[in-house]
Amino acid sequence: MIDVDFEQSRGDFVLRAKFSTEAPVVGLFGRSGAGKTSLVNAIAGVTSPRRGHIRIDGVTLFDSAQRIDVPMQKRRVGYVFQEALLFPHLTVGANLSYGLRLRPASTRYIEPGRVIDVLGLRALVDRKPATLSGGERQRVAIGRALLAQPRLLLLDEPLASLDVPRRTEILDYVERLRDEFHVPIVYVSHSVPEITRLADTVVILSEGECLAAGAVDDVMGRLDLKPHTGRYEAGAVIEAMVAAQDEQFQLTTLQFAGGELTVPRVDAKAGERVRARVRARDVSLATARPEGLSILNVLHARIVAIAVETGAVVDLELAVGEARLLARVTRRSCAELGLREGQEVFALIKAVSFDQRSTGYA
Amino acid sequence: MTGMSAEEVGIILLSLRVAFVSVLFSLPVAIGVAHVLARADFPGKTLVDAFVHLPLVLPPVVVGFALLVLFGKQGPIGSWLNEWFGIVFAFRWTGAALASAIMGFPLMVRAIRLSLDAIDPRLETAAGTLGASRAWVFASITLPLALPGIVTGALLSFARALGEFGATITFVSNIPGETETLPLAIYTLTQVPGGDAQALRLSAISVVLSVVALVASEWLTRRAHGQTRDDRR
Repeated sequence: MIDVDFEQSRGDFVLRAKFSTEAPVVGLFGRSGAGKTSLVNAIAGVTSPRRGHIRIDGVTLFDSAQRIDVPMQKRRVGYVFQEALLFPHLTVGANLSYGLRLRPASTRYIEPGRVIDVLGLRALVDRKPATLSGGERQRVAIGRALLAQPRLLLLDEPLASLDVPRRTEILDYVERLRDEFHVPIVYVSHSVPEITRLADTVVILSEGECLAAGAVDDVMGRLDLKPHTGRYEAGAVIEAMVAAQDEQFQLTTLQFAGGELTVPRVDAKAGERVRARVRARDVSLATARPEGLSILNVLHARIVAIAVETGAVVDLELAVGEARLLARVTRRSCAELGLREGQEVFALIKAVSFDQRSTGYA
Repeated sequence: MTGMSAEEVGIILLSLRVAFVSVLFSLPVAIGVAHVLARADFPGKTLVDAFVHLPLVLPPVVVGFALLVLFGKQGPIGSWLNEWFGIVFAFRWTGAALASAIMGFPLMVRAIRLSLDAIDPRLETAAGTLGASRAWVFASITLPLALPGIVTGALLSFARALGEFGATITFVSNIPGETETLPLAIYTLTQVPGGDAQALRLSAISVVLSVVALVASEWLTRRAHGQTRDDRR
């Protein structure tokens, strides 16, 4: 349980953070300069808010009314920075055990051996940070924070300094530790695919204000938040279950609240829950069921809302059974097809539009 | 060097002792001052910085005279130290060490501060979030990372102490066996007829000592650097 409600000012910048969630993974989303790092700094105790409170699992870390401000070394909030910030004079092993040695045995609940295995660090233990690759460094930094036995783990854009293939790799590791260690995570990012893949709850931050907080599909699908979630990133998240694997064509069939989706093979067993993100621009609309089409996913949908637009494109919110989708079409198509709210349509999604980064374990 | 007289050996040992003691006692102070100058921000910081650098720009004789006024037997600090702790600086080898420490202090602080400035302060924050107290962060992160600068600062100050002349002769005079270090002995020999040969010998020894100190500094610095290479790409 993360309960945050505080106000902090640094120079001209005022941050008003207010959200409360039980979710195991909270995505903190916002453009650069939105105040994401200021927010996690306050939670970690690097800076002190002017007023308000910060509570984690019922433990008060900061409360201006009660004059409580737990110093950062006593907060037990793990913090993984954008750059790994490993201690250059210590080996990987000494980096990993740095925080562990400072925690009394009674507060230890994460076992070093498991962290080293889950993050694949066994072979790196004797090396110096200078000899590691960017991805390896970030994994060591995550392990180091975990071994300090945190009650909460803050990941501040841990992929920002990595190249694209390394990003997917680290995302896999973060996913694994989320499932293995049951430590609540606040994941900071300006990337929609990262947030939707990992987080259950998302908090949207813009210019120091928390604009929205809630379930990922609800918040990310909201048309009114589109200016903040980004024009080219608009899309919706579908929670689904693996229904079948097609080994011959390397495809996976997913069952979700609105029907079935066929996507490129997902490495998961039948019955496992996964999360797929559908970008608005990958969804086409048809007023009648089309024939002779390469597109594998044809879903029966109803138009819930059409965004008022004056530019070339327009976003439509669709209900597919219980699930919601966003579709982006040109304003001209919208007019020519005479699309209106409440209308029944078919949503077409190419299977190839699902990528590795947007489909993963729920 | 086989033909060194007992007197010469005594001069060399005294010089080394003065230099060693001056570095030993000034090093912790210099680390503290450098840390404050590198990390803290307070009104009057520029003034403190300037004060620390004063011995570098003042004539050494002025520094020696100031020490005589302050730390002399009748001086405000000197009389107090003598009364409470029985510590006497005036006309003792300890005074020579004090004068050397003051003269080498700016060099020491500069070198240490440079290496502290090169440390990413976020490393210290990271250590803090991992549960380290401020003191432990300093001991386990800051100090080892600043080691190259500390070694350089100590050796620079040591070399400076071996060559200290003006402040020493003004403060503690030139007393054979007590305050007559190498440079003072060389100076004395140049003032007496026929002392040139011995002055030359002592000068040669002085050169050797300085070169050894410099080479040791280079070697230690390189070793320390190898151990603490930065992890930024």
